[in-house]
Amino acid sequence: MSVEAPPRNDVIVLHGRKVTPGVAEGEALVTHQTISGWGGINSMTGTVIETRHELRGVSFKDKILVYPGAKGSSGWSAAFHTTRLTKTAPRAMLFTVMTTKIALGAVVMRIPTMTDFDRDPLQVIETGDWVKVDADHGVVEVTKKSHQERHR
Amino acid sequence: MVKLADDEKAMLDGKSGPARQKAMELLVKYAEALNCERFVATNNIAGVPGSSTLFLKDYYKDFDGGSYEAIFSLFDLDSDTVVPVPRVSAYSCHLQGGLDPNEWQTLGKTREAFEHQMEDEAAVADHGIQIMKTCTPYLAGNVPVKGEHCAWMESSAVVFCNSVIGGRTNTEGRESTSAAMLTGRIPDWGFHRDEFRRGTHAIEVAVPIESMIDWGMLGYFTGYAVEENIPVISGVSYQPNLIRHKHFGAAAASSGGVELYHMVGITPEAPSLEAAFGGNKPAETIEYGAAERRKTYEILNSNGRDDNVDFVMLGCPHASIEQIWQVANLLEGKKIGASTKLWIFTSRSVKSMADTNGYTKAIRSAGGVVLTDTCSAIGLAVPKGTKVVALDSAKQAHYLPAMMGIEAWFGTTEDCIDAAITGKWRGELP
Repeated sequence: MSVEAPPRNDVIVLHGRKVTPGVAEGEALVTHQTISGWGGINSMTGTVIETRHELRGVSFKDKILVYPGAKGSSGWSAAFHTTRLTKTAPRAMLFTVMTTKIALGAVVMRIPTMTDFDRDPLQVIETGDWVKVDADHGVVEVTKKSHQERHR
Repeated sequence: MVKLADDEKAMLDGKSGPARQKAMELLVKYAEALNCERFVATNNIAGVPGSSTLFLKDYYKDFDGGSYEAIFSLFDLDSDTVVPVPRVSAYSCHLQGGLDPNEWQTLGKTREAFEHQMEDEAAVADHGIQIMKTCTPYLAGNVPVKGEHCAWMESSAVVFCNSVIGGRTNTEGRESTSAAMLTGRIPDWGFHRDEFRRGTHAIEVAVPIESMIDWGMLGYFTGYAVEENIPVISGVSYQPNLIRHKHFGAAAASSGGVELYHMVGITPEAPSLEAAFGGNKPAETIEYGAAERRKTYEILNSNGRDDNVDFVMLGCPHASIEQIWQVANLLEGKKIGASTKLWIFTSRSVKSMADTNGYTKAIRSAGGVVLTDTCSAIGLAVPKGTKVVALDSAKQAHYLPAMMGIEAWFGTTEDCIDAAITGKWRGELP
């Protein structure tokens, strides 16, 4: 049995289900909109290109991508798979709505991915927060941007 | 944890060779990601196995020169090593490709790209996969039946299979379909299961929906309104035919992630509103009236400013023979403008019918071209110097402006043909 560190009030902990294994940390990029793969992102640059998307022109490279999930073309997995080859993939993904697109995409991107959380990550996490994802243990630790500033 | 039948375990253990082992490994990871406990057998798979862009060829050039087998192993099966790829065991077809082998120069493709596609195509055929080269396999000879478990890519084909036919498929991806071709298995999740096929959202249609443009707009609105959920459309008094379903579904799958819709009294799993919801209480009831219709038209035309049109693209999803017949009729006795190009995309099998009927020749003598295999979005191909395109497909209007950095107008097929002839966009909300 593992011994848990005492809770720190500047870190929010979420529990969820492992979709794909691994551990990663980084800065959160949060959107409340689903993302299209093929036709919605540029796999060479790791940016969202969909015309009316709130993240249009924004790069998800090396971010912890927090979003509702996938939409659009069945080329989703191949488009995100390609970001692994071009080294523009996110470091991890947290999402709320399961689809075959995102499940397969997470597998071939080979990054830690989680869903089915005890709290809605879209309510808790904001762009710029520091997020540690331990998919193997089903735990996400969120350090709010405001707290990071204070500790710096 | 996914439970494996004996033959599935044997494949995972490598008893059917290394490629089927890699394929099962991938499918097990995929099933676990879905939290799915079992596989379902499938003998109807539509994907893009091993087909390579020049990027992939170059990326994998150190592995056997980026051969078909290397790309199938490393990309499709997500393997770390190249394995010998056997012939497929399940009935499989290849969806759309990147260029028309007879018109690659028209599409502005290089000889290198053409030669790569021909090599890939030979390898695909050699592996026992049917070369349908279309996003509409159901118009090219692969028509599932109600209840048939399929593993299809291509969101517009998936939504047609589930909704219009009552076949059963999730929106699969390249890697899962290639793995399924070798194993005949796919996760028994989502649309394979009864409980997942019930409607979740109500769309109440309050305006008459009859023409193809109206079906496209209703589909586009529906996708935005329900995202990846399952809409139940009621209030439709006009019986849509195949091309209307094709445009409705493709639009709904593009603006949202609709993979199954029910239309009360029209689609096979919706004899009544109650049957379509199957006991679900609608999460939302959304009305589609005159205001929503106008807004949708404006959104679809939000990338259009300059009324000088230099390109007209039809055939998204790939045109049926009915649509090619309509275009040939609209062009009768007309010539398209000197500064405009007209491309109509379809499958090879439909084109051969169009050839037989004289439509291909008639369209060509008016200045248009019937093309196969691809489309402007998939093939990243527009005529050189294109600034403004006219489209009759909500799906293409959704994707093409962002992908090619061009302006786009959306309207009826008649508006588009008029623009091809006059070089001017004169479309208005009908």
